Amino acid sequence: MNPQKLPQSSFWNDTGKTGITSWIFSTDHKRIGLLYFYSVLGFFLIAVCLGLLLRIELMAPGRTIMGPQTYNALFTVHGVIMVFLFIIPGFPGAFGNLIMPIQIGARDVAFPRLNLFSWWLYMLGAVIIITALFTGSGPPDTGWTFYVPFSTRTGTNVSLAVFGVFIIGFSSILTGLNFVTTIHRLRAEGMTWTRLPLFVWSLYATAWVQILATPILGITLALVIAERMLGTGLFDAARGGDPIMYQHLFWIYSHPAVYIMILPAMGVISEIIPVFSRKPVFGYKMIAFSSVAIAAAGSLVWGHHMFTSGMSDTAVLVFSFLTFVVAIPSAIKVFNWVSTLYKGSISLEAPMLFALSFLLLFSIGGLTGLILGAAATDIHVHDTQFVVGHFHYVIFGGSGFAFFGAMHYWLPKFYGRRYKEKPALIAWSMMFVGFNITYFCMMVLGMKGMPRRYYDYLPEFAPLNLASTLGSWLLALGLILLLVNLFRGLLRGEPFSGNPWGGATLEWSVATPPPTENFEEEPVVTHGPYDFKSTGIP
Amino acid sequence: MNDTNHHIISYTKLTSVWLTLLALTGLTIWVSGLDLGVNRVWGALAIASLKSGLVIAFFMHMKYEDKLLRWLLFVALLTLAIFIGFTFFDVLYR
Amino acid sequence: MSEQLHRDKSGATLGMWLFLLTELILFGGLFLLYAVYLARYPHEFASGGKELNVVFGAVNTVVLLTSSLLAAMAVTAVQRGAPRTSIRLLLGTIGCALIFLGIKYVEWNEKFGHDIYPSSQRLIKGPQGESVFFSLYFLTTGLHGLHVLIGATLLGFVAVRVQQGRVDSNNNSWLENGALYWHLVDLIWIFIFPLYYLIL
Repeated sequence: MNPQKLPQSSFWNDTGKTGITSWIFSTDHKRIGLLYFYSVLGFFLIAVCLGLLLRIELMAPGRTIMGPQTYNALFTVHGVIMVFLFIIPGFPGAFGNLIMPIQIGARDVAFPRLNLFSWWLYMLGAVIIITALFTGSGPPDTGWTFYVPFSTRTGTNVSLAVFGVFIIGFSSILTGLNFVTTIHRLRAEGMTWTRLPLFVWSLYATAWVQILATPILGITLALVIAERMLGTGLFDAARGGDPIMYQHLFWIYSHPAVYIMILPAMGVISEIIPVFSRKPVFGYKMIAFSSVAIAAAGSLVWGHHMFTSGMSDTAVLVFSFLTFVVAIPSAIKVFNWVSTLYKGSISLEAPMLFALSFLLLFSIGGLTGLILGAAATDIHVHDTQFVVGHFHYVIFGGSGFAFFGAMHYWLPKFYGRRYKEKPALIAWSMMFVGFNITYFCMMVLGMKGMPRRYYDYLPEFAPLNLASTLGSWLLALGLILLLVNLFRGLLRGEPFSGNPWGGATLEWSVATPPPTENFEEEPVVTHGPYDFKSTGIP
Repeated sequence: MNDTNHHIISYTKLTSVWLTLLALTGLTIWVSGLDLGVNRVWGALAIASLKSGLVIAFFMHMKYEDKLLRWLLFVALLTLAIFIGFTFFDVLYR
Repeated sequence: MSEQLHRDKSGATLGMWLFLLTELILFGGLFLLYAVYLARYPHEFASGGKELNVVFGAVNTVVLLTSSLLAAMAVTAVQRGAPRTSIRLLLGTIGCALIFLGIKYVEWNEKFGHDIYPSSQRLIKGPQGESVFFSLYFLTTGLHGLHVLIGATLLGFVAVRVQQGRVDSNNNSWLENGALYWHLVDLIWIFIFPLYYLIL
């Protein structure tokens, strides 16, 4: 970033401080947002490399590039980094911080210093997790779920990694309570609850999940550490404990956690689709309400991860039924987005392409989720590659693509420069095709019975595994092109100013890049977030 | 929420709440000595809930706070109740 | 910048309450396990509970209730413009916290003396439910004790701020929130006491 070339004074330079300490000790939500963004992006890229290595190992039967223990460690670390260091903090930490205060017409979040503290906690947790990989007796090999009894018995460095995740959880809680307080207390005059942009609604629902579910993760992980260090035996069947109780506690958090990952992504989609369709969003209230409904219903369904655990049949029945209930608000959202597109004046620019592919990929991910949510079919595909394919469709095809969409939609606003459109389209198409090859093959493999988390497989699974690996390379190449084009553009691209896409939310009414306290004077909101006539752009 | 509604609770009121809490503590010890079977658990929990209600309402000023906070507390307790209750779909019928 | 943002007292209260809710749910996970294992091992829980010293538990309940009263009075004192009284009350609260921890120390020590601690020989050889009961007892009271320690430190910090005149009747969020945290510690003990010391 070259501050001299910026079009005007902005949060990059208007405090007169530009050194590294002006960033890592900044309480400005935009600077903290960018800190989060680059941190999560860095960990994302590390975990992408690990994922590619896993795919290379699976390219052919037998040992390809690594032994089973290395494979176990790599899929564990891939999962832990992707889940706890990328996608859970990703949306609230990066785009939530960058966008949400501006969208509600606030100068900052409610507790700016706490916000900075959250980022520091996040980095501390990340450092602890990374330390756990290189110290002690080897990186954890339990899978990101840390299931007992294995996690309490394996000699690998589980305790330290779990402690790192505990710290990350604390950071997530603080972000959540900061956002809830901000949204309750700091809305500008006229910013009523029904004028809140849908991205803010989705962050609000997400923040509640962060607040109410994350403490359970905290106590669960603390119990794993206690099991390992003190031998409390609470999950040890030989001493009267119940290993299934670990799974209950873990999924009480970790199922709602997938809504921490997907809800803000849905919020991003709800912003991008109306803007690039030049049409007010269809069913605003239902989309807003369904965010809260997903957060609420999503907290009731954790047992569907445990159908084969030996849990009671009554519980299987109840949790299977409730899982189908979550499909309703999710479908409400999809139908509303599709209705927004109907008769819209659609412009297929990069953010919109990511949003549209979200619709398709999330729908596939969601519908395959119902196959897993129905107890009868789940027992067939449980713990197979089908599950891996399913959640990558939801979390990568859904949240991940929405994250890339958000990068193309919002980052130019904060840099005052933009990327080139054509390479972005090429990158998107490579990723879209590569993605589908990679993960669709996995779902077929799972249907045929290939288990997950095995580093070897039967010869009949070879062709599809090879295809999946080749797909992952196309996906990776597309990702590289996307990042190169985006960051080249942000640093040296064409100037980006004003409101080129005609968004009606408040972030498009402030200067580009925004000044430190966002607004010259406190805004008074007089129209809804998707009232495009108000922008005066035809 | 109104910034000026912070109520000052008098020492006398706080002390009488404290005395009630002590009395309830005595009551719960006494009840636990009775032969009520399983009901002892529920009895003890009921008294504990009453005590915590007093602490929340007066010591923690909830009685004088905005409705929003009461709703939040309710939502959190409901969530916890669901977490515990739904686990029993498994535990009771295994 | 943040420092210039106007003070939002209700916002501070809201944020603190949200944090307290997360603490409630943190302990909620342990209460969940308690409920499940109580349903599975009612007799072992009963005999385990009888081994705990009701006198220690009851005295500690009184100590904590009193400390909560003092903390609440400290808030009232500052609101009435009597910071000196407030500091004395806060020191009283911290004193109660230390008494509580002292009694806890004696109590745990006694248990250790009877070879009762996680993975002790007696618990490993004894009935399964007994080991579960005492593990939960040590984890729950241990986590609670940790909160007592944190709360007392926090209140000490608040007392220093009152002493420095940085907390007064208009700007007392630090004190109110510190007291709220302390009441939460009390609140959790109100449930721990009957569940572990009295039931069955």
